[in-house]
Amino acid sequence: MSDRPSEIVKFDNVGLRYGTDAEVLSDMSFTLFPGSFYFLTGASGAGKTSLLKLLYLSQRPSRGSIRMFGKDMITLPRGRLPDFRRRLGVVFQDFRLVQHLSAFDNVALPLRLAGTDEAKVQRSVSDMLEWVGLSHRMQAIPETMSGGEQQRVAIARAVIARPQILIADEPTGNVDPEMALKLLRLFEALNHRVGTTVIVATHDVHLLKKVPESLIMRLNKGRLSDPTGALRYPPAPKSRAGVDPVGGGK
Amino acid sequence: MSETPFPEASSQNDDLKPAKDISAGLAPPARLSGPIPWVIAILIALVVIAAAGGLSLRNLAQNARADLADAVTVQIIEADADARSVQAQAATAALGDHPLVTSVRLVPENELQELLEPWLGGGAASDNVPIPALIDVELSRRASGDELAQLQSVLDAALEPLDGRARVDAQSQWLRPVYDALAALQYLALALIILVSLATAAAVWLASRNAFVNHRETVEIVHLLGGTDTQVTRMFERAVIREAAFGAIIGLVIGLAAVWLLGQQFSSLDSGMVGGGGLGPVDWAIIAAIPVAGICLALLTGRITIGYALRSML
Repeated sequence: MSDRPSEIVKFDNVGLRYGTDAEVLSDMSFTLFPGSFYFLTGASGAGKTSLLKLLYLSQRPSRGSIRMFGKDMITLPRGRLPDFRRRLGVVFQDFRLVQHLSAFDNVALPLRLAGTDEAKVQRSVSDMLEWVGLSHRMQAIPETMSGGEQQRVAIARAVIARPQILIADEPTGNVDPEMALKLLRLFEALNHRVGTTVIVATHDVHLLKKVPESLIMRLNKGRLSDPTGALRYPPAPKSRAGVDPVGGGK
Repeated sequence: MSETPFPEASSQNDDLKPAKDISAGLAPPARLSGPIPWVIAILIALVVIAAAGGLSLRNLAQNARADLADAVTVQIIEADADARSVQAQAATAALGDHPLVTSVRLVPENELQELLEPWLGGGAASDNVPIPALIDVELSRRASGDELAQLQSVLDAALEPLDGRARVDAQSQWLRPVYDALAALQYLALALIILVSLATAAAVWLASRNAFVNHRETVEIVHLLGGTDTQVTRMFERAVIREAAFGAIIGLVIGLAAVWLLGQQFSSLDSGMVGGGGLGPVDWAIIAAIPVAGICLALLTGRITIGYALRSML
């Protein structure tokens, strides 16, 4: 894409509060770059999910500026949001599968919403479900599937339309360590092969070491710290490799 | 998880336009509340009955007007039977020469007695009860007030030598209270149709809102996956159309059955005036259009309701 922005996401002094409560996110300023792999860490209640809601356009900030794909998301008319949401893939912590749809139809949903030809939908979804190892569960509805299977359906749905940004909220929280590693490898494959910018929220610091080239965003009580300088623009030279997420060496 | 390479892309989002109708892919979409089709059926049945009644009253009034608007009745009021007869003949002759008059009929005395018998009993045939002579006059068109006055002058001139007098009654004038009553009933039917339509819209509004609340989770997911408001609205429209159509058809059948039964009852009255209240092809076409209008109203209401509900979401 010739007019591809140098940054894919830019937050400037963003704050978020719900109602009249205190801000759950304060003074968030950072930049994300196309094709990068980010971990968002922080203790429970640090504001990870709130930050992800801003990223996947489910929430508008109380203050500040958010630019995504080179466009100001604050002033963007509500009717244009779907155009940008279709560039995102989201894996929700609670999967958020449509309960009355089969695994196949859940995964097909982003393509059908985008108006993809049904023959292509059939082929693409079949390939994707085979890739996540659920080709034998295509017609199963979510309530009959295990947590791990639902997680894989949610991931397949998030990546089926080759999003420019993949946002995953605690994607390994409901699976065993072996499956968690497989899911991470899937995200890496998407990142490497398709060039998708990946943002994975997790409170599992051991997971961060599994993707050496990842960049770390750490949230603490609604504020962002940047231990590696990875979020500065232009990025620090060493920020894309050898990141020590916990500050204690590899 | 497969070790095979990431599947090849089969589409490129930038080149696509959002599908307008994905409700089939989301089946079963939001259903309206259970009793709503039956509520719509009852409301449509009421509209069908009210519309049939209103149309019937309109036809009745129009036929009565058509029959009576171009007719007048002349009364010869004379106590002496012989003089009354002479005056009636003179009046009949005078009216027959008038250019506005197409036919003149002196109502026979025995016919008058038959008409009065229900009220006067045997006394109607008695010479002790003076009965005016009546002349039915058909005009070529509806007479204006001036033309009626002119007819009165013609009669006055014809009867003056006989020392008699006549009174001209335009039948449409003495039936005016009946017309007014019929018009009031038609307005009542129209008001009923409007009220029932509003009730239908309110029922669909409530049901659509409840359906939206019940399926808010699905709506949010569709939104977050890039679904547009139009696509979400279509999900609900399908349910609205299906259930409104079911209710409308049932309502039409119930309404038509009621209209047919009422028609049977009124036709058995064998009254000339009531006979003019029959429904014609256009009337039946209007009644047949009521369910379609009901479905359109439900669809519009559902669309507006869902549209407003969606505006509360990002």
